[in-house]
Amino acid sequence: MNKIVSKEQFSANVTKLVVEAPLIAKARRAGHFVIVRCGEKGERIPLTIADSDVQQGTITLVIQAVGDSTKKICALEPGDCLTDVVGPLGQATHIQNYGTVLCCGGGVGVAPLLPIIRAMKAAGNRVVSVLAGRTKDLIILEKEVRESSDDVIIMTDDGSYGKQGLVTAGVEEVIKREKVDYCVTIGPAIMMKFVAKLTKQYDVPTEASLNAIMVDGTGMCGACRVTVGGKTRFVCVEGPEFDAHQIDFDELMMRLRGAQ
Amino acid sequence: METNDINAARNEQWRVDLRNSKSPKERTALPRVEMPQLDPAYRITCNEEVNQGISAEQAVVEASRCLDCANPQCVTGCPVNINIPKFIKNIERGNFAEAAATLKETSSLPAVCGRVCPQEKQCESKCIHLKMKHPAVAIGYLERFAADWQRENGAAETPQIAPKNGIKVAVIGSGPSGLSFAGDMIKRGYDVTVFEALHEIGGVLKYGIPEFRLPNSIVDFEIDGLRKMGVEFVKDCLVGKTITYDTLHEMGFKGVFVGSGAGFPRFMDIPGENLNGVMSSNEYLTRINLMGAGRGGDTPVLTGKTIAVIGGGNTAMDSTRTAKRMGAERVILVYRRSEEEMPARLEEVGHAKEEGIEFKTLHNPVEYIGDEKGRVVAMRVQRMELGEPDASGRRKPVPVEGAIEEIPVDLVIVAVGVSPNQLVPRSIDGLEISKRNTIVVNEETMQSNVSDLYAGGDIVRGGATVILAMGDGRRAALNMHEQLSSASN
Repeated sequence: MNKIVSKEQFSANVTKLVVEAPLIAKARRAGHFVIVRCGEKGERIPLTIADSDVQQGTITLVIQAVGDSTKKICALEPGDCLTDVVGPLGQATHIQNYGTVLCCGGGVGVAPLLPIIRAMKAAGNRVVSVLAGRTKDLIILEKEVRESSDDVIIMTDDGSYGKQGLVTAGVEEVIKREKVDYCVTIGPAIMMKFVAKLTKQYDVPTEASLNAIMVDGTGMCGACRVTVGGKTRFVCVEGPEFDAHQIDFDELMMRLRGAQ
Repeated sequence: METNDINAARNEQWRVDLRNSKSPKERTALPRVEMPQLDPAYRITCNEEVNQGISAEQAVVEASRCLDCANPQCVTGCPVNINIPKFIKNIERGNFAEAAATLKETSSLPAVCGRVCPQEKQCESKCIHLKMKHPAVAIGYLERFAADWQRENGAAETPQIAPKNGIKVAVIGSGPSGLSFAGDMIKRGYDVTVFEALHEIGGVLKYGIPEFRLPNSIVDFEIDGLRKMGVEFVKDCLVGKTITYDTLHEMGFKGVFVGSGAGFPRFMDIPGENLNGVMSSNEYLTRINLMGAGRGGDTPVLTGKTIAVIGGGNTAMDSTRTAKRMGAERVILVYRRSEEEMPARLEEVGHAKEEGIEFKTLHNPVEYIGDEKGRVVAMRVQRMELGEPDASGRRKPVPVEGAIEEIPVDLVIVAVGVSPNQLVPRSIDGLEISKRNTIVVNEETMQSNVSDLYAGGDIVRGGATVILAMGDGRRAALNMHEQLSSASN
């Protein structure tokens, strides 16, 4: 049982929970995720870790309520408990000084991107972040991202905040104006697909973090398999990050859509 | 079990008298007991255990079929050398508690093994009755009877626990090898903590083997027994991720047993395998057995009218029969060799057939075809024929050129085997790992090249049985105990 310490509502469907998990807080690195279960009959849900506090023994999760299980988790209040939290799972992000790193996140993808932005900044990179969302309310963690970025571009589909346009417009703007050595993208599969397509044109090495369907999260079920460079890989143990230019995004989207 | 012990037990007066009370002719004339089973038409509508267990009367008669051989070969057929005649003769004389105690001398999970062991390939295959063209004594049924009787009659004797020695040992994984290791070490006076990655204790006994073959209540009873003896269980803790092998040392653990199993599903790497509706048997069975999909759990699972299961092992059989219980109208088992080569237990094959599973042997899938949404709608299967024997000694299946047929399916479950889960072994610096990703151990002691680390079960064997895993756990416990007690003296 893991107690919810605090809760913040980012938007109608997006909730931030700070959860007691001292061992995970200590062990986790940027890019790691956890599997969470709510209720004795609950589903195992993979969630990327947005932040942690080793002193407090907590981790921060940002959850978008899309299905019954995520709705149940988002309905929890401080003092309530998650039935299970296991992790940190997956491979941590490879962090090094690339030069200039472009970090582009869409929707709740900004949450798992934040620790990567921080780690890339701490490694001495110039970090340019592009945050995207459908509308102003869906741009999350802007303040935290700004704190660790040299520049931030905000894109909204409806132009209600920042610039109007898709994330790719922001990405292209940066690539055109300065030399980008590395790109990290996290968000909806369709967004990452187009970011990858764009950065490939400009020959910018790009890493994408995938949110596949999972049951156990430890390599046991194979539900998260994805084709990367023509080979089947397991997102849970080999990922969640892969070379975005090698990922078969169409297959990933097909699997996400039709799994249930 | 040492031969001397077996002989000494055999020469006890009650055994001699019992042996002389009936002639071998009378004993061999008795028919082998039949396991009472749920009717196939009923059992496919529910998840109840198919084998109902034999009655005390049946057990006593079956036990009297055993000739109590001077040189009992059944014992040599048992991977952990249970003193089989001793427990059987105790059943014959009506001392069921003693029969159960005999099993527990060697096996930590007799109620489990009595249900899932392939007895026809082990103890029963060596039974003297077979030489006389009679069916073997139903050793497995009797084992299950004695273990169940003990559980149901609350007759479990409190196991002798040595005084606490203050030494902490850790177990990674709560499947059969880890549980038997834990049981043996707690009895020797150690403080034992079992770390499990999942939210349930029991490993493959919970996520893999279905309720209709091994009810969870049986497994939970054994786990509760260990808890009462003082074994601590930590769920949701993945050693190598949540904590490391080094953390275990910092926590004061002096010995570590790894029984993390073979949890990595194999696929065949054929076109269409990543379509929706094609999944591993691990995924299918975990969703249903562990997560309760379709049975009140929040976890979803895909269903279909026509379901194909690929493979010929016990997991394939479990998948076919689970699919039937989940409402499939037609379940097709596709296996590349013939029925004779199937690794599944005969009983499981029989049960599957009774439940209406279609066997498409000597066929191998070569491609899956999906609709515009990416959901599988058909499989293309290649007809095979048997050629020369391969490395396994079985005749190798070879494709019959041009003989490919397309069969409409809604769901495909791939049960072609599992590999050791590399997560735990790869997290331990310097640990010797084989090419097959198993942990390399001394086969006598189960000790790895890292001196305080022992391992057993599928992480060492790659894919074996519950009884072998259990035997490994016990052997590791014995040897780790010797190592630790000589170090502390």
